[in-house]
Amino acid sequence: MEINGEIRNELFEYLLRLGDDRLILGHRLSEWCGHSPILEEDIALANIALDCVGQANGFLSLAAEVENKNRNEDDLAYFRDETEFKNLQLVEQPNIDFAYTIVRQFFVDVFSVPFYEELSKSKLEDLAGIAAKSLKEAKYHLRHSKSWLLRLGDGTEESHKKIQNAVDDLWRFTGELFFENEVDEKLIKDNYVPSAKAIEVQWNEEVEKVITEATLKLPEEPNTSLRAGRNGDHTEHLGHILAEMQIVARSHPGAKW
Amino acid sequence: MMSDEGKLWEVFTQAKTGRPHEHAGSVHAADAETALQNARDVYTRRGEAVSLWVVPADAIVASSPSDDGPFFDPGNDKAYRHPQFYSTPKGVRNV
Repeated sequence: MEINGEIRNELFEYLLRLGDDRLILGHRLSEWCGHSPILEEDIALANIALDCVGQANGFLSLAAEVENKNRNEDDLAYFRDETEFKNLQLVEQPNIDFAYTIVRQFFVDVFSVPFYEELSKSKLEDLAGIAAKSLKEAKYHLRHSKSWLLRLGDGTEESHKKIQNAVDDLWRFTGELFFENEVDEKLIKDNYVPSAKAIEVQWNEEVEKVITEATLKLPEEPNTSLRAGRNGDHTEHLGHILAEMQIVARSHPGAKW
Repeated sequence: MMSDEGKLWEVFTQAKTGRPHEHAGSVHAADAETALQNARDVYTRRGEAVSLWVVPADAIVASSPSDDGPFFDPGNDKAYRHPQFYSTPKGVRNV
């Protein structure tokens, strides 16, 4: 793949963000395996986790290729430290309960569908390809998280309370979905990637619509956080995820099975 | 059939357009849309289907094992009911 040297660093950084978001979210979802409320939901969450890790694999492979420093996707996933991870703080938030898991997923899915629609038009063919494949998966993920949000919000008194609680707690992490800096500016200008900011209005409308239909309320406070995962600043949760996720690869470097 | 896991639904998958929907198994779910999604996750993950039906298990009326004799035996000794005296044209599948 021919990469214009002038954008190599930006593209690498951007692909890490995409890959890390999905790797960390996929890992979080995988923690449900064997613990879900019912067998069918166990399989559903494991499916979505695998989709996310599969997408991460695509983005991180491409990142490694773009970086061209003899690293592969596994090196990027297992041998980077916390501050080198560029994922959103939203995706590293703990599962806590099923409501938190669904709300976190819903916030991400509502973003992912329009984002992948735009990303699949990237002039970088490999990137457009991963986006097109991921779009189909994201549409299903949204159907899943949205239908649970509606059912739990408009369900029993207890389910309503739990899901409203999750909405209130996770809301402050959602502003970061629309993070942009000079990395984005350069890539957007050259038609490599879409603008995340441009999706914000649509995201707000859709989230508000579904939240209202679920008889829930969005918090009135702004959804901006002080620090950004995109800059490598993370909540205390990421370190624990990485410790668990990376220990095998780091204890047995180069192991094959 | 109600429990904490929801109602039981029978799942039917269609492997190709035009083929019959065949029973694949069952799932638990509280409502039809969830049943459909659960069925999708449990029975079609490897691309086994192009279409799915879910039916509340209690909507299915089934014969019981004790009906075996009176229900099915009488068909066995009436060979003229079977169309095996005709040769099937070449190229016909799915008969």
